[in-house]
Order: sequence, then C-alpha cells, then structure tokens
Amino acid sequence: MANDHILKRFDEELERLNSTINEMGGLTESQFAKALTAVRDRDTAIAEEVIADDARVDALDVAVQEQTVKLLALRQPMAIDLRVVLSSIKIAAALERIADYAKNTAKRGIVLAQASPPMSAVAGIDRLGRLVRSALKDVLDAFADDDVGKARDVWNRDEEIDQVYTGLFRELLTYMMEDPRTITACTHLMFMAKNIERAGDHVTNIAELVSFRSTGQTFAETRRKGSGALYTTDGAA
Amino acid sequence: MSIASSNASMTVPVATHTGVNAAGLSEKVSIRNLEFFYGDSRALKGINLPLYANKTTAFIGPSGCGKSTLLRILNRMYDLYPGQRATGQVMFDGENLLDAGVDINLLRARIGMVFQKPTPFPMSIYENIAFGIRLYEKLPRSEVDARVEHALRRAALWDEVKDKLAASGLGLSGGQQQRLCIARTVAVKPEVILFDEPCSALDPISTAKIEELIDELKQDYTIVIVTHNMQQAARVSDFTCFMYLGDLIEFDVTEKIFTAPTDKRTQAYITGRFG
Repeated sequence: MANDHILKRFDEELERLNSTINEMGGLTESQFAKALTAVRDRDTAIAEEVIADDARVDALDVAVQEQTVKLLALRQPMAIDLRVVLSSIKIAAALERIADYAKNTAKRGIVLAQASPPMSAVAGIDRLGRLVRSALKDVLDAFADDDVGKARDVWNRDEEIDQVYTGLFRELLTYMMEDPRTITACTHLMFMAKNIERAGDHVTNIAELVSFRSTGQTFAETRRKGSGALYTTDGAA
Repeated sequence: MSIASSNASMTVPVATHTGVNAAGLSEKVSIRNLEFFYGDSRALKGINLPLYANKTTAFIGPSGCGKSTLLRILNRMYDLYPGQRATGQVMFDGENLLDAGVDINLLRARIGMVFQKPTPFPMSIYENIAFGIRLYEKLPRSEVDARVEHALRRAALWDEVKDKLAASGLGLSGGQQQRLCIARTVAVKPEVILFDEPCSALDPISTAKIEELIDELKQDYTIVIVTHNMQQAARVSDFTCFMYLGDLIEFDVTEKIFTAPTDKRTQAYITGRFG
C-alpha cells in the first residue's frame, strides 16, 4: 500500500498498525500450528505453551484497538486509510478468536493425551487442521502483500474445509455408536473439529477484509453453504 | 419518442456518472460541456455535472482546481470582470443561464450566494435583510417584518437578535454575521444557494451551527458548497464533486467518495497524499 501522506506521522502510524497485525498474524499462525502438533503427537508440554502464550495474542489485540482508536480520533482517516483502520480492527478480532480456538484445542489435547482416542479420527483432526493452517498462512500472506486474488483463493477454499469437517463429524458419530467407551475422547475430538472449522470461518472473514481494505468491496455472497446435513437427525444414520 | 426529442435538452443525462443512481432525483441545474476562460487561460475543461434538487453538492479539490470558478459561474459572478467568459450550457429551469439575455439581477435572487468572509452591509440587522426584499418586491411594512423574522428564524439567528434588530449588523460575532448573510440570502426566496467556504473564518461552534443550518435548508433549497475542509464536505453534502486542474475528476454520492473513491487522484487528495 503506497504510503506517502504529506503528514509523515500518519504514514508511520499506519505502518505501525500494519506491522502489529502482521506480528499478531504470525503469532496466531504459530499458536494454531503448535496446537495441532500437541494433539497429533500427544505432547502436553507444547499444549501448555500454547495455553500460556495466548495472553500474548490478546495483548496484541489490545494494542491494535489502541492504535486504531488513536488513528480514528486524531487523523480522521478517509477512503483507503479508513478501510485500513476498519479492516485492522476486524482482522485483529478474527485473529484473537482463532488463537482462542487454538488454546481450547490445546487444552482438549492435554485431556486427550490421557485417553485412547481412535487414531484415525486424530489423523482426521490433523488433516482438517492442516487445511485451515494453510488457509491461515495464505490469507496472512495476502494481507501482507495486499493480494486480493490470493485472498479470493483462500475464500473459495472454505467449502473444502466445511466438507472435511462434515465427514469427520460423521466419522466420530460412527465411532461413538460402535463403541460407547470412546464417547469421552470422541466428544473432545468433535469440539476440536468444531474449533478448527470455526477458525476456518474466521480465516474466510479475514480474506473478505483483505478485499474490502483494497477495493472497498467484499466478495459476492455466491457460495452455497453445503453442511445442512449436519443439522438433520438422520445425518449419520 | 416525440416527447423525448422535443425535450432532449431536459432528458439527456448531463454526464455519465455511473456511480450515481439518479432515480428519484431531479436536476435543478444541469451543467453541460462548460468551459471557462480567464483571458486566454482555460480554467474549466468540459465540465458535465448535475446539481440535484433539494440535495447538497460539495465541490472539493486543491487550490486552483476551478471549484470556486465553477461556483461563481452559477450566478454569473464572473460578469463583473472583463476578459472572463464561459462557453457551454448551464441549464436552470430550461434556460441556459449563460445566455446574454438572462436578467442577472433576477438570476442572483434565484441563485443566492454566501461568501467566505461574512459581508453584512453597514446598516441595522433588520435593514440588512429588508434591503434585499425591497429590491425585488414592494411589500407593506408588516409583511416585510414577517419576512425578516422568517429569514432570521430560518438562519437560526432570530433568538439571538430579536431584541436588537435596530443594532448594526457589524456588531455581531463572525458566526452571527455569517448567519445574517444566510438570512439575507434566504429572505429573497432563492431556489439555489451557493456557499463559498462559508465556515473558513468561523470557530467550531459557529461552524457546527452553519452546517446544521445547511442540513435544514436543503429541504427547501438546492445547495452547493465549496469547501477546503474535507470533513465538512463529508458531513454536510449528499454528493461530492472532486476537481483537479480544471477537470471534473469524479462525481459521486458523498459516502462513496469518502469511503471508496474510484479515481486514484480523488483518493490521493482526500487522504492527504497529494504531493
């Protein structure tokens, strides 16, 4: 984004806001990846790290709020500058939520390490998680490079994530029906899957915001939501 | 078809401003292919612009872009100066107000103007307003009184001056003087009011009062405002026209101009990036 305001301080403040978001994005991506590792490798030490480091993401979110309030009050940004500020607030909120989901997944990973979950379902969580992690990485790159095409590509991938989630949900239901002793572990896995799927939705929102920041428009709401089967009682019968 | 062709000058949109949905809007003034010259130098280049009835249109742009020139054409203010001429059309109720036969005095009553610096006449508050009314109409005293009061109320000044109508207009504060000038303009029942940087000499409170006034006045009048204050244009106008070096760069709904302008030059100007 060409930053060449007559008032140099304004440029500096916008650049600082951008770098805070970039830092927050990098940290969130790392939290998310570590949570997945903790679950896959049943590594409680990494899980504990994720839980402790969530406070750092929250602190960056607060920093973004402070910087944006100051920009709005003192600079009265317009057009592209206004969109940069507004999208930063919302992207920070989305990253904060994604980091919370990573933290919750890590917590459940600690519980799961003491149990014996069906390993193929754990592998399913890892697969779903890698899809979302790669989308998160790409959307952060799209943000950093102001690349609307890349953001649209990420936005389009949410459908695949939803499909994998739906498949995993059914698989977990089947395990629980076959062997009620797996219900506790599978319930944790189900919440993890939901966490990861929700994180994916926030990634999609960030993709929309990258587009809004650049063009003033979000992607058209053309995509069909295909997970209706989850909400019917015979979904896994 | 016959209606369309006989009224061609009224029905052809003045320009392709694709962003503006003109449905439900009527053009009070239609500027077409307007060019303006200060001697040999061309200050306006082929301007096409609608001014919609009962809406506020803001002209913005850097100094020297032609926005004040454009405003001053709308009531033929340039006639006062030799060597200045305009070509093209400015249609106002089916008449090209650039035509030689136009009654300038009547035109200036129908298209009133409020200037950058408050310009009260050196006479009483009452006479500042009654003077203009008497120029155009012969009315009994009681009716003039009523018109003066109405104009002062319309300009949100009545409560502040009702007990000192005989005092000099020059004794008022800057903000009050500007509202007196607005009252004077309103008193002759114009259809369009032109504001040329009306708040540049005023403090924020007086500015807020004028802005509130502009918002109220557009119920009855078509308003055009030239301002250097971007926030003011954003606050008071429905449509914004950005000009640069004598060209009309972008005309659109104000909200669009200030959130997602189409032209890079518009964006550079309103975000403070002009080098």
